[in-house]
Amino acid sequence: MSAELAPGVAPLVTGPSTAPAVPGLRRRATRRRTVLRVVLLVAFAAFFAVPLLALVEFSTRGAGGISGGRSLAGWQQIVDYPDLVGAILSSLELAVLTSVLSLALLVPTMVWIRLRVPQLSRLVEFLCLLPLTIPAIVLVVGWAPIYLWINYFTPRAYQSSPLALTFAYIVLVLPYSYRTIDAGLAAIDVRTLSEAARSLGASWATVLLRVIAPNIGPALLNAAVLSVALVLGEFTVASLLNYVNVQVAMNNLSQQNSNVAYAVATASLAAVFLLLFLLSLASRRRTRGSSS
Amino acid sequence: MSRGRVTGGRLAWLGSLPFLAYVGLFLLAPTVIVAAGAFTDVANRPTLANIRVLGERTVVDSFVNSIALSAASAVIGAVLGAVLAWVVVTGNPDGALRRTTTAVCGVLAQFGGVTLAFAFIASIGNQGLVTLALDAVGPRPGTGWLYELPGLVLVYSYFQIPLMVLVFLPALDGVRPQWREAAETLGGSSWQYFRHVAVPLLTPAFLGALLLLFANAFAAYATAAALISQGAVIAPLQIRTALTSEVILGQANAGKAIALGMILVVAVAMTLYALVQRRSARWLR
Repeated sequence: MSAELAPGVAPLVTGPSTAPAVPGLRRRATRRRTVLRVVLLVAFAAFFAVPLLALVEFSTRGAGGISGGRSLAGWQQIVDYPDLVGAILSSLELAVLTSVLSLALLVPTMVWIRLRVPQLSRLVEFLCLLPLTIPAIVLVVGWAPIYLWINYFTPRAYQSSPLALTFAYIVLVLPYSYRTIDAGLAAIDVRTLSEAARSLGASWATVLLRVIAPNIGPALLNAAVLSVALVLGEFTVASLLNYVNVQVAMNNLSQQNSNVAYAVATASLAAVFLLLFLLSLASRRRTRGSSS
Repeated sequence: MSRGRVTGGRLAWLGSLPFLAYVGLFLLAPTVIVAAGAFTDVANRPTLANIRVLGERTVVDSFVNSIALSAASAVIGAVLGAVLAWVVVTGNPDGALRRTTTAVCGVLAQFGGVTLAFAFIASIGNQGLVTLALDAVGPRPGTGWLYELPGLVLVYSYFQIPLMVLVFLPALDGVRPQWREAAETLGGSSWQYFRHVAVPLLTPAFLGALLLLFANAFAAYATAAALISQGAVIAPLQIRTALTSEVILGQANAGKAIALGMILVVAVAMTLYALVQRRSARWLR
């Protein structure tokens, strides 16, 4: 076992060399490998594409079944379900609130810690990455009594508002926001920038908003987009704490009118995919620009 | 350094107080509630009754199922993900294939929940695209298995394979072409290179990724919940039952005991992951 794990001492069988001596054999082996790669790629592409295509197909299936014509009825009927529209709006509001508030909580703290209390940086990193190891389904169990208190102190009119989920969602996005902001801050000279601004008489708020923030703009955007994507797809916490967001609403609706539910699912998925894909394109252009 | 700076230093940690307070209230407090609640009854008296729930037949079965599901989807995801990563890495490192695959995998690795369940119901469910297509050319395939453990293994593979690609690509990049050339110069065949160089070198990284995938599948809830609306075949669904059903007297904290059990399983997987990670970092950089 130890010999296998230590590549330096892995025994190489020495014998009469046969394989790569003849160029023709080599070329045939390369061609065979190319064919294998193409076959595998097609298989993987099919596995990943079929469920997505099926989702689109299902949401546009007409009354005549699969062989009948296409119908956009499912998409058009979305507006006929006010609860569903309300849930979509709630999810969008939650996405904005979560991304803005998580940045407002993290950025000042992380800048402050870099400048003044670097001995806390390990603790903050540990706390921010903790949600990666504690499953959301476990956190929900702990959040349930806390949300009873939150409900107790909110005015009756707002008690069922899903916006209360913001508290939990900020925790869920912590690891992703932390990593992106940390990378952003590591790329600039926070100390020099802030000391220059401070010596010119800038307040801490000015330093944060007008000096640091513009310099880590791409990282902030990155963190915000990841938060939005996570919140739009969140189901676990909302459904178990009895709040209705878009995922919960469309899950409830799937028994009743699957065409509409699948149309909303397709739309939310397309939105998230588009956001994440644009993000990866943008970040690649940046890395290429900085390396050249 | 000025004197004001030094005195400011003593109280400087206060600047991180809002963050610490928030995390204390919404991350540490729920964790403590779970851990403490697992050992207390409704009146906060210490008890082991909740822990005894973990020994009940249905709960034990759900944990066994969860571990089997996570292990199966981790192995399938790791093997197929490694194959896909190999396909990508043998191509042009700056080519379109590699860029597209990493971007797509980055998106799909995060994909899950209700929409993923819908996508598979729309493909191989009762009225699914694939089911109907196969029905048209031959015998109608069964569809009930989608809503049971084998179905979950298939559906979880949809995000496990992309995650594996993302985790394993850097490890494959660490394998230098010179090592292959060295093996060939010494007369080694492709198989010998694979068996005696590539596999031993990549084993720690592969095992690490396997553990990460295991933890990922074990923690997943939304996809299973949307696919299986009744019953509780896996541990996360047991928590749903404990949270939503009418609470049986004296078992109000049973959900916390199950949650604690889940934390322990994930902790074991992540600890092993950290150990393996340290080992693989030695060879691949």
